[in-house]
Amino acid sequence: MKAVVVDTIHKSYEGGIRALSGISFDADRGELFGIIGPDGAGKTTLFRIMATLLLADEGTCRVDGLDVVDDYREIRKRVGYMPGRFSLYQDLTVEENLGFFASVFRTTIAENYHLVEEIYKQLEPFKRRRAGKLSGGMKQKLALCCALIHKPSVLFLDEPTTGVDPVSRKEFWEMLNRLQKQGITIIVSTPYMDEAKLCDRIALIKNGQFMSINRPMDIIRQFDLPLYAVKGDDIFRLLHDVREYKGVDHCYVSGESHHFTVADGAFDSSALLTQLQQKGHSAVRIERVEANIEDCYMRLAKD
Amino acid sequence: MNNDIVIQTKDLTKKFGSFTAVDHISFEVRRGEIFGFLGANGAGKTTAMRMLCGLSRPTSGMGQVAGFDIARQQEKIKQNIGYMSQKFSLYGDLKVWENIRLYAGIYGMKDADIARKTEELLERLDFTKERDTLVDSLPLGWKQKLAFSVSIFHEPKIVFLDEPTGGVDPTTRRQFWEMIYEAANRGITIFVTTHYMDEAEYCHRVSMMVDGRIDALDSPSNLKQQFNASSMDEVFRKLARKAERME
Repeated sequence: MKAVVVDTIHKSYEGGIRALSGISFDADRGELFGIIGPDGAGKTTLFRIMATLLLADEGTCRVDGLDVVDDYREIRKRVGYMPGRFSLYQDLTVEENLGFFASVFRTTIAENYHLVEEIYKQLEPFKRRRAGKLSGGMKQKLALCCALIHKPSVLFLDEPTTGVDPVSRKEFWEMLNRLQKQGITIIVSTPYMDEAKLCDRIALIKNGQFMSINRPMDIIRQFDLPLYAVKGDDIFRLLHDVREYKGVDHCYVSGESHHFTVADGAFDSSALLTQLQQKGHSAVRIERVEANIEDCYMRLAKD
Repeated sequence: MNNDIVIQTKDLTKKFGSFTAVDHISFEVRRGEIFGFLGANGAGKTTAMRMLCGLSRPTSGMGQVAGFDIARQQEKIKQNIGYMSQKFSLYGDLKVWENIRLYAGIYGMKDADIARKTEELLERLDFTKERDTLVDSLPLGWKQKLAFSVSIFHEPKIVFLDEPTGGVDPTTRRQFWEMIYEAANRGITIFVTTHYMDEAEYCHRVSMMVDGRIDALDSPSNLKQQFNASSMDEVFRKLARKAERME
């Protein structure tokens, strides 16, 4: 049985804003499934529907084999949900928050401590601190503990790493990988494309629609144009000069270099190099590169 | 202060009681430079930035921003800088033109200049149709492009950008960085914090704060060499691992 099955979900809000237009996917038990896209793409609406907090206009969704409309009470016992906005009690301490969520689900911290232990150990020195006074990274760790304390079979994490620094983000993902190994299904969303490769499969979402669902490496493999990286000393002028070159299709900044696609296979990078040098560019290097998830997202978003 | 140096600090320190949030930082930023100011949550970035913007007084040490002393000439500093953050930038319940008008007025620009420059800006952003749109109803990416344009509307010497691109789609994020390049090319100094490590690569130089100190400062390529790392992400992780303090 699939852990999550979403079938052709549509959702509009008052004023005719279409948040989701026919979203479908499923996730296997123990899968780490990522929903990758910018703010406003519809990620949170989808999470709220899966977590039984919002009704879809059309389509169905099943979690653990149960229907989100008919069996919402049962689903709520079985899932953990971490909303994008920090939703713990700011004026309760770390320990009180965790104890509260355990008691709501009629369990105790002691009973399921093994599930949260690794994460909670890092918080224990601060267990008497109010949740509102924690740093961003620690708030997220506490929220994850609270979403886990009743031993859910499916975890919905809506942008758990937004605004968190790269070190804490990495730690957070390592925790997710460990939870996954215990058989917990994790549906997670993120605007950080570099996190996509840490998922088993990802869906790239834009304007309420999935543009692609696949394993990260397969999405990269499907990038269908030759992609080059170009570097130089005057990076701003270089961008414009590369764009003007005949045969260059689409050129954009990408970290320390610019990436560009070319219209056909006959492209000759040495001719571009010569022209850039004639225009006074120094330290120019052009090389073929493999696309990353952001390149793929932009390519898909363009069509 | 050399004319080409627009930010300069020497042993800049801020203590809150017994806690040293910023611990003797010394650095310089040049005119037209894109300077990345990185560090883990709680490393002291926000406190340091508040001092540089004239919003918080140093406990000790000195600093100059745009030629003015950060301890004694805070109002002068505010007039000569721009500021934008993801969390707060524009007023959602004001129209596009009203936001521009408001900020330009606060910075003391003349009405005639405001009118002329507003038209130029709307045209350049391809926003002319959105002149009377409430900012709240603009897509996030547009809001951020507008917010950046407003933050440099009064032609400040320096603009401070505090995580300006969070949550934006990759295409818009790149357009945003192109706007930053363009502003830097015009001589505006860019002082930027970000959690996207690929954006650290866009900076001319990057500083890394750890426990209130600046533990590394160089160009991205030199930092990668120095730390034997293949990406800025790796540099960041190697440095932040040394951190001892938790917030």
